[in-house]
Order: sequence, then C-alpha cells, then structure tokens
Amino acid sequence: MRIVYDLGKYMLFMRNMFSKPERFSVYVRRTLDEMTSIGVGSLPIVAIISFFVGAVTTVQTAYQLVSSLIAPSVIGTVVSDSTFLELAPTITCLVLAGKVGSHIASEIGTMKVSEQVDALEVMGINSIGYLALPKIIAGLIMIPVLIIMANFLSISGGIIAGKYSGILTPTEFIIGARDTFKAYTVFISMTKAVTFAFLITSISSFEGYYTSGGALEVGESSTRAVVRSCVAILVFDFLIAKVLL
Amino acid sequence: MIELQKVNKSFGEKQVLFDVDAVFHKGKTNLVIGASGGGKSVMLKCMVGLVTPESGKILYDNRDFLQLDYQDVRAIRREIGMLFQGTALFDSLNVEDNVGFPLRMFSPMSEEERRERVNFCLKRVNLENSNNKYPSELSGGMKKRVGIARAIALDIKYLFCDEPNSGLDPITSRVIDDLLHDITHEFNITTIINSHDMKTVYDIGENIIFMHQGRAFWEGSKEEIAVARKELPELDHFIHASFIE
Ligand SMILES: Nc1ncnc2c1ncn2[C@@H]1O[C@H](COP(=O)(O)OP(=O)(O)OP(=O)(O)O)[C@@H](O)[C@H]1O
Ligand SMILES: [Mg+2]
Repeated sequence: MRIVYDLGKYMLFMRNMFSKPERFSVYVRRTLDEMTSIGVGSLPIVAIISFFVGAVTTVQTAYQLVSSLIAPSVIGTVVSDSTFLELAPTITCLVLAGKVGSHIASEIGTMKVSEQVDALEVMGINSIGYLALPKIIAGLIMIPVLIIMANFLSISGGIIAGKYSGILTPTEFIIGARDTFKAYTVFISMTKAVTFAFLITSISSFEGYYTSGGALEVGESSTRAVVRSCVAILVFDFLIAKVLL
Repeated sequence: MIELQKVNKSFGEKQVLFDVDAVFHKGKTNLVIGASGGGKSVMLKCMVGLVTPESGKILYDNRDFLQLDYQDVRAIRREIGMLFQGTALFDSLNVEDNVGFPLRMFSPMSEEERRERVNFCLKRVNLENSNNKYPSELSGGMKKRVGIARAIALDIKYLFCDEPNSGLDPITSRVIDDLLHDITHEFNITTIINSHDMKTVYDIGENIIFMHQGRAFWEGSKEEIAVARKELPELDHFIHASFIE
C-alpha cells in the first residue's frame, strides 16, 4: 500500500515540477552549476571503477573460457559486449546512485528542514521546479557522458589487464571486440544511461523534498534515496533488457 | 493592512486555529504574542501561504489571498518579505548573493544596479564588509540581519518575522527589535512579528494581538494592556509569567 501511495506522490511531484516554471535564464545558470557538480564531481570514482571492472571481467572471463578450442579474441568479444550492455551503464549508475543520489537528497533535505524551501515558496518561486529540474536535466546530460567514458575506460582496463596478465594481446582483444560489434549495443547502453540518470536524479530529489524533521531525517532520506534509486535501476535494467533485446 | 476573517486551520483531527479575526496595520509593528503552541507560527504560515486554512479570508489590502489565481498570488508574494525563525539563508550562497537572490529572480536590474541595492540593504541593517562571507561563518545576530536585508531587498509592503530574537542575547535582541521598528516606519510597511518576549512588546509593540489556544484572544495597543490584563486572566497570566515582578 505504501508503495502505491509513494508512487502517486512521486507522480504529483513530477507534475508540479513542470507547472509554473520560472524564467528560462534562471534554469540555465542552475543547470550549469549542477552539471559541474554531477559531472566533474563524479569523474574520478567512475574512472576508477570502470577501469577495474573491465580488468577484472577480462581476467575472470579468461578463467571461465579456458580451452584450446576457443580463440583468445572471444574474450574481447565477451568483455566488450558485457561492458556496453551491463557493466558500464548499470554498475556505474549504481555507484552514482550512491554518490549523486545521496548528495542530491541530503542537499534538498537540508534545505527543507532549515526552511530554505519555505523561503523559496514565500518568495513565490516554484521550489520543486527550481530545485529538482536543474538537477534532473544536468543528470540527463552528464550521466550519459560519464557512461560513454566508463565504456571506454572499462574496455581499456580489459585490454591492459589482458596484455599484462598474458591472456591476450591488445590486437586480439580489439579484433574480438569488433567482430560482433553492433551499433544497437551502444544504443542500449545509452538508453540505460538516460533512463538511470532520470531515475537517480528524480527519485533523490523527491526523497529530499519530502524530508521533514531534522538532521536525522535528512540522513534517513538520503539513505532511502540511494536504496530506492538502486532498486529502480535494477528493475528498469531488467525491463530494458527484456524489451529491447 | 492585512485582515484575517474567521480563519480556521486543523492538522488532521487537531484544530489549531479557531475563527481567528485580526487586523494588522500599515506602518506599524504588529506583535503576535502568546504561549508556545498557541498557533502563532501556524497563523503566520497561513498568511504567507505556506499552509492553507480550511476556511476564512486573508485580505491583503482587500485582495483575498485565498481566492486569487496563481499569478495574482505571485504578485502579492513579491510584496512580502519574511524573516524566518532559523533565518533560512541559502547555505550555498554568500551574504551578497543571499540578499540579491530575490532581485536576481524577480527584478530586471542590471548587475550594477543589483549590487547597489544589495549594498544599500546591507548598510540599512548595519552589516557592511561581510558581503563575501557564507551563512556558516556568521553569528546568530548577523544572520538575522542578513535575513532582514534579504526580506527588504525588493520593495516590499508586508514584512513577516517569526520570533526574530529567538536565540539572541538581550542586547542583540534589542538591536534587531529596533531595526524592525525603524524599517517599518521608514518604508511604511505592515510588519507582523511573532514573539513570546514581553520585552519586545514594551520596546517596540504598536498593535498587539494575543493568541491563546488557537484564538485571537485580545487585540489592542500596549497602553491598553495594563487595563486588559485585569479583565483577562489568560493575558495576565502570560504577562505575569514573563517578568520577575
Ligand atoms: N505541520 C504541522 N502538522 C501538525 N501539527 C502542527 C503542524 N504545525 C503546527 N502544528 C501544531 O499546531 C499547534 C500550534 O503550533 P505553532 O507552531 O503555531 O505554535 P506557536 O504559537 O508558534 O508556538 P511557539 O511559540 O513555540 O513557536 C501546535 O500544537 C503544533 O503541534
Ligand atoms: Mg512558533
């Protein structure tokens, strides 16, 4: 029952965001700020994680495919496909749900409990639109960019790990990766990136906005934002795979 | 002038305001006093539209706030300044940007004009040379000053203050009280101040509204209080409890 209620509240939240907008220039400035915060702020963690995920996948795939009948380049195929389809978008977004999601929820939550949101409302500003919309737009732009980078770094990680652990040469890896490469795989990767970006930013804004109480509740909303974003990501991950593949 | 007519407000089962009638005069400091839980903050929130009453009228110079459409409400909100109990300054903005925030949102001023107006407001509250400080670097009294400066940044007609001197020492309280009093007369605005400090009443009160258990129990000037308390035990009790007589 609770979930239905919250879902309805979330829908209303989204609708309120678009009603009664402010001047366009107000959003542009705010969106640029948020893009820096979400994009640049998440670069290091995304880089480290995707590189290692690619490296580990390569080593583990080699371990599973140990047979003289299988050409080493197959490892390149498996690693690049799973990177595009699942590892780069999903793992990265699960991490971003933790980093960006908790940041958004605690920022808006703190503004809520310290009456800053009320201050916006009294001034006649649509606080939901003012606070959440720039974050969502910034996420929709920057998170796919981060995923493109994650794809690239993850495959680089795979190539490097393959080379230095003597599993396969970079050339073999690239041949394998090219072999079955389809633009459609990249399309799915980006579809996931955009969907997850929307889920993370909107769910976290929502959780932050409906914080009431004090510092303790801000922490709770922030945790809830992360948990719910992650669950939503996994559900939509499955749905996208089911519908598009 | 703001007039409340038969305003009722409940939260769930609990009724907080009962048929509140009150008049707040232009060019005067209107003080709302009463014990904790009496409904002062809720009444203020109803007046600025943060809470919607179930019934009654709230007339801003004969414009019924509760009946107007969104654009007209927004127009009234441009004429409202509010000082929040916890000041509700925007943490992420420095003093100058906090005060300039309503101007940036709502006035067509150029950068230069805006800076001039911000400096004028900061000078008016005797807070100079702190333009680049962030709220976390300010003392309680300084925050209140910035809050007042932000509230008067636009040409307002109505100023609301929820417990302006809570958490301040007696000397700083007096300074803030005097500031509110002077601003009220200087700009000829309708000022509404929530307080449970009888000292504020005697220092700057011009029109006093005594709230008791959700009702506007008594209204009059501070000269009339001495007589009224003889007839109203609730008022007498409140005043008596405020002083070591
Ligand atoms: N959002 C809310 N939900 C439910 N009840 C509320 C809400 N806001 C206020 N109340 C109730 O309304 C009553 C009046 O509260 P209010 O904050 O107006 O008191 P007050 O006169 O401002 O007191 P104080 O001097 O302590 O600030 C209280 O009993 C409070 O529990
Ligand atoms: Mg109060």
